[in-house]
Amino acid sequence: MILAGLQPKAEMVHWWFATGFLILGLLLLSEALVGPEVWGRRPWRRYLWPGFLFGMGVLMFPVMTFFTNSAIHMVAHGAWAQVMMFAGAAELGVVRGKLHSQYWRLASALGLAVSGTALLVHEQNHWFFARAAFLHHALGWTVIACALFPLAQAFRPRSLTAALGFATTFLVVAVLLYCDRDSAAIFGHFSFYAGVPHR
Amino acid sequence: MSADIAHGFRRKLEVHDEAARSRLRRARVVLALGPVTAIAGVVWAVAQPWRLTLLHPGGQGFWWLFAEPPIYVVLVGVLFRLVLAPGIVDDLLDAEP
Repeated sequence: MILAGLQPKAEMVHWWFATGFLILGLLLLSEALVGPEVWGRRPWRRYLWPGFLFGMGVLMFPVMTFFTNSAIHMVAHGAWAQVMMFAGAAELGVVRGKLHSQYWRLASALGLAVSGTALLVHEQNHWFFARAAFLHHALGWTVIACALFPLAQAFRPRSLTAALGFATTFLVVAVLLYCDRDSAAIFGHFSFYAGVPHR
Repeated sequence: MSADIAHGFRRKLEVHDEAARSRLRRARVVLALGPVTAIAGVVWAVAQPWRLTLLHPGGQGFWWLFAEPPIYVVLVGVLFRLVLAPGIVDDLLDAEP
């Protein structure tokens, strides 16, 4: 009970992760615009977004630990933590030169596919139950569809479209997460069972 | 200088100019990313002032005062513009065509 009083609300955690995804999106967008050669001119910059992604994966573990509404929530948060760390670590290995294959970008595709599936599976309510339910469904399908971008990058690493799509994925995820409220209406719909609505 | 050599030289210059123009365009976009993000945060704050608990702090706990999403967006945009964008643009404009 004491911990429940001390810990932030789930919507706040969503906003913090939204900020992380916004940063990731801007970094990836810049890299896509200037190209990997220019981006890599300062060595520290190469580690920026993979390191950030890895760090966000690490931060998902406290989320998994403290926001355990149900077993499926814990499994979903744990899966996100692991795939984000795996994707970040794979990219870190590539930029460090320890990993050489272009197909390591498949780790990001796997990360998005697993994240999207976990989002859909752990949302037990229908689309118009409340805004949070709508956003989980929207996020899940968006992320699954956008897994095509890193998949394309694995086979065509120089594709500008795939790079821009991958970057935009994180910006869209950020916007959707910023829209989240623990209990709020969505397009005028709000279930009687969803609690007290907020704006 | 023969006409062929002059023609080839001019074409090289045109290609070089086009590459420089393309780099300049991309540099402008990179420089605009931060301000556009920050403006989006400001617009959001104006459109939904209730998302900023700092504007009505009475009775709010620590987490509600700490969680200010529109301010996060503005901060990300400002920091990106001040910390990252200048270096990226310098490297882009210095790059060989």
